Formats: sequence, structure tokens, C-alpha cells
Amino acid sequence: MTPSQFKPSQIEPSQINPSQINLRQIVGQIGLWLSVLVIVSPAILFFLWMASLSLKFEVDNAAYPPVFIPEHFAWKNYADVLASNRFLTYFVNSLIVTGSATALALLVGVPAGYGIARMAAHKSAIVILIARITPGLSYLIPLFLLFQWLGLLGTLVPQIIIHLVVTVPIVIWIMIGYFETTPMELEEAALIDGAGRWQVFRHVALPIARPGIAVAFILAVIFSWNNFVFGIVLAGRETRTLPVAVYNMISFDQLSWGPLAAAALIVTFPVLLLTVLAQRQIVAGLTAGAVKGG
Amino acid sequence: MSALTQSAPAAAQSDAAPEKELRPPSYWPFVVPALVVVLAIIIFPWVFTIWMSLNEWKVGAPTTFVGISNYLRLTSDPRFLEAVGHTMVYTVLSVVLPLILGTLSAVVFHQKFAGRGFLRGIFIMPMMATPVAIALVWTMMFHPQLGVLNYLLSLVGIPAQLWVFHPATVIPSLVLVETWQWTPLVMLIVLGGLAAIPTEPYESAQIDGASFWQVFRFITLPLIMPFLFIAGMIRMIDAVKSFDIIFAITQGGPGSASETINIYLYSVAFTYYDLGYGSAIAVVFFLLIVALAAVMLYARQRMLWTEIARGA
Repeated sequence: MTPSQFKPSQIEPSQINPSQINLRQIVGQIGLWLSVLVIVSPAILFFLWMASLSLKFEVDNAAYPPVFIPEHFAWKNYADVLASNRFLTYFVNSLIVTGSATALALLVGVPAGYGIARMAAHKSAIVILIARITPGLSYLIPLFLLFQWLGLLGTLVPQIIIHLVVTVPIVIWIMIGYFETTPMELEEAALIDGAGRWQVFRHVALPIARPGIAVAFILAVIFSWNNFVFGIVLAGRETRTLPVAVYNMISFDQLSWGPLAAAALIVTFPVLLLTVLAQRQIVAGLTAGAVKGG
Repeated sequence: MSALTQSAPAAAQSDAAPEKELRPPSYWPFVVPALVVVLAIIIFPWVFTIWMSLNEWKVGAPTTFVGISNYLRLTSDPRFLEAVGHTMVYTVLSVVLPLILGTLSAVVFHQKFAGRGFLRGIFIMPMMATPVAIALVWTMMFHPQLGVLNYLLSLVGIPAQLWVFHPATVIPSLVLVETWQWTPLVMLIVLGGLAAIPTEPYESAQIDGASFWQVFRFITLPLIMPFLFIAGMIRMIDAVKSFDIIFAITQGGPGSASETINIYLYSVAFTYYDLGYGSAIAVVFFLLIVALAAVMLYARQRMLWTEIARGA
């Protein structure tokens, strides 16, 4: 399967000198760890550098050669960002938009995934594929007009609604996949005992599907939180989400890298934390979605 | 919405009760709320976009039906044609590089080593992190005087580059970011493929004394081909649509050197508010993505048939 399977010991243990095995294994181990180091370092070094930028005073950020670990940490970069009134507003905006869009998506998407899986209506999933292929901007043009016409611009409602474009397909897609793997026997038994479809869903299927719902929830939260394109068009001064707020900081503070990097790190920190803590669920969700997506 | 979700269970029960033995297809009520949402936010925008693309539609001006003239205008719009070229270059590079690096990484992650789960979590951080936040830090790293990348180059004796600040290097520099960001997705998909490979072919290769490279080339690679294809397809769709990174780092500049179709679409629709023309671009853009996907599928089929013809 892999080079590690080609242990000489598997070929003919008696014919090989044991010291040779050890040497080969040690070289193999060193090679393996070197390769791991090489492939993981771009990610590690980038985020360490991001942290470094965010913790340095301007003098250190403008120094050449660059300083990696400064003598004095500029914790005030974080304090400044967090202390600014607006930043808290934007944080709350992000929480509201992501929270509502995810909750609504779970509310409609989990039953839908269940229904589609049980009806084996796989063709309906084509709509989700189309949603996956369509550039986000093409939703924006008509929905922008619609929101303008409804007089909703300037509130968070347009952003919550348009974030459903991101969250609903993720939830439906993952839940279809998940419900297809859960056993039918229990549900059939409950139906025979006289339970209604809704009761079966509520008391039999839903509890079993909890891990799948967790995966859908995590991915919907992350992709909604990260979304930028919908915000730059629909958000006004008071309704920006964090990614849009950070983008707008670039034009204001072109040269103060410390606070900018601190803001960037604050925005993405919840996602990074979630990624490391829930990497198993994220990997499962992404590969399931991806492999089925083809 | 709430009315719908409440009526769904009632409907499900009422038709389940009398015809229990027939097993009627009463799962529809579960799907209806989502169907309404999908109609409102995915189908409606699509239909409306097509309608708008047939109109002269600018914000603050009366709209007039103009037929396909928006589409005709595209064929002679040099900025659009240039954007198509940029998109193609950007896409090809952003598919090929992550595919190669992602496959190599997957081979490494397929080994057993301590802390593999945790390191895999670190490895996928670039694709999960907020793109705008990442773009901001890359912009600082690309800075010609103060950026860390030119310092790193100077360590190995390579002269300083202008990265995203020069028309000739801007697209490769953006591809560097895109590759850094999305190699993990290819890795995950290929890793899934590697896990599904049976061990028998490897055992016979072992007996035949095949080298590591031969094993990779003649056993692993053909067996993970379907997964590579899926990864390539997803990567293509995402790379063509790439927006956040390009917009946040260069906004299509310098000049229009990194203006892809998506960036141009944004300018037309939301800087010039020429919504009719923007809608036409959106429609053509979508069709282009579908066409690219179809070409990839066709190429894959051809490959399969020639393999079968060869008796492979």
C-alpha cells in the first residue's frame, strides 16, 4: 500500500541481516519525518508569521532583515482592535449572520436531506451541483435588486438570506450522504408499529444522524463566517461582517501592519481553532462532499 | 417559513395513516421547506439573471429590452476577452500545481506516524482560514521592500521580485497563494482514494521486486486516477470562480493584469452598476464553467476507452 509496507521483514525474514533492517527502517523514518516537515511547514510558517506580524511594533515590522520574534511584544495591537467600538459591532454582525444562516439551513436542510435520501431522489441533487458551480456574484445581482426593492438594504436580513446560498447546499448535501448510510431497519420497525413519518424522523432518524448534523453544522459555520463577496456588496457601514471590516481596514491603515495583522488573526482565529479541534469531522465532511460532488 | 415547517408533519401523518401498506411517497413534506428556499435563492436568481441579461438595465435608469445585444457586446469587449485569457492561465496553473503537490502530500499522509491527525488538522488550516485575512497577510509578505518573501529569496541569492505589483508576475504570485490555500483539498480527496486501494497489487509488486517509483507509477497512480479526476474537477470549478484572494490582494491590478472574469463581473455590476451587461457576463461565465467541466469529463471518458482498447 505504501513504502512502509515494503518492510524487508515481510519478504524473507530469515535471509536478511537484522542490522540492515534497522538501518533501513531508521532511514525510512527520517525520510518520512523530513517529508512531513516539508509539507506541513508552509502552513505552520505562514500562521506563525501572521502571529509575529500581529505582535510587533511598527519599528519591528518595518525592519530589514525582518524580525521574527521581537524583543517587545505589541499586545496593544490586539487591545486597539478589540477596543474600537466598530469592531465589536462587526463581530456581533458576523455572529448574527452566520448563526442565523446556519440555523435556518439546518432547519430546512436536515429534513430535506432525509427526504431526498429516503425517496432516493438523486436527481434533485443536481440543483445543489448547479449551486456549487454558480459563481456567487450571479446570485448577488438579482438578489441585490430584490432587497433594494423590498427596502431591506441597511439591515442584516439580506446578508442572512444570501448566506443561505452557502449554507443550505452544504447541509442538504452532507445530510443526504449521511442518511443514506443510516440503517433503515429501525425506521421500518417504527413505521410498522404505527408511528408517522414525522415521528420516525423526529425520534428515530434524527438522533442517529447527530454526528452528520455536527459535520454539516461545522462546515456551514466556517464557510458562512469566511464569506466575503456577499458582504462587500450588501453590507453598509453598520452591517459589515468581520471579513468585510478587515478588507476595509486595508485601505485605511495601509501602513500599520501590526493592528491589521492582529485584526486578521482575530477574524480567522475561531475558524482555525475549530479546524484543529474538529479536524476529523471536517475531513469527513469535505471528502464525502467532494467525492460525491464529482 | 415556520408555517411550512409546521404543516409538513401534519401532511406527512395524514397520508401515511390510511395507506400504510402501500408505502406512499410521503417524504415530500420533508423536502418542501428546502425546496421553497432553493427556489427563492437559487432558481429565482437564475431565471431573473437570464431575463436581466436581455435588457439594458442600469441602476437609476429605466430598463429596456434589448434582446441579445448584451451578449454581442461581450464578443467585442477587449477587457472581457482579456479577462477570459487571465482566467484560463490562472485556472490551469491553479489546477495543475495543487494536483501535483496534493498527491505527493497525500502519499506522505497515508503513512502511519505519530500525531498524524493533529498534523493533518494543521495542514488543512490554509483552506479553512478566512480568505480575506489570509490575503491581507500575503499582501504584506509580497511587499517588495518590507516583505518577508524577498528576504527569503535574498537568502538563496535570488534578486528581489515585485510579486503582485508587476503585471508579469502578478498571476503567478496569486497562483502561489491559491496553491498554498487549496493543495490541502486535493490532498484530502487523494488520501481518501489511497485508503480505498486494495493491498493485493502491492503484494505482487513486492514479489516482483518493483521499485518505489514503479509501484507509484503503475499501481498507485492508475488506482487513484478517479480521485485525481474529481479533485481536478473541483479545483477547476473553484479556481475559475476564485474571487476573494484576487480581489483582496490586487483588485485585478496592476492595471488589469490580474483581472479575471469574476473580478470584471464585479466591476461591471457593482462599480458601474451596469446590471444587464453584468448578468450577461454571469450567464456566459456559468456556461464557460459547465463547458470546461464537460471537456474534462469527455477527456476522462476518452482516456478510459483508450485504456480499455489497449487492454489495460
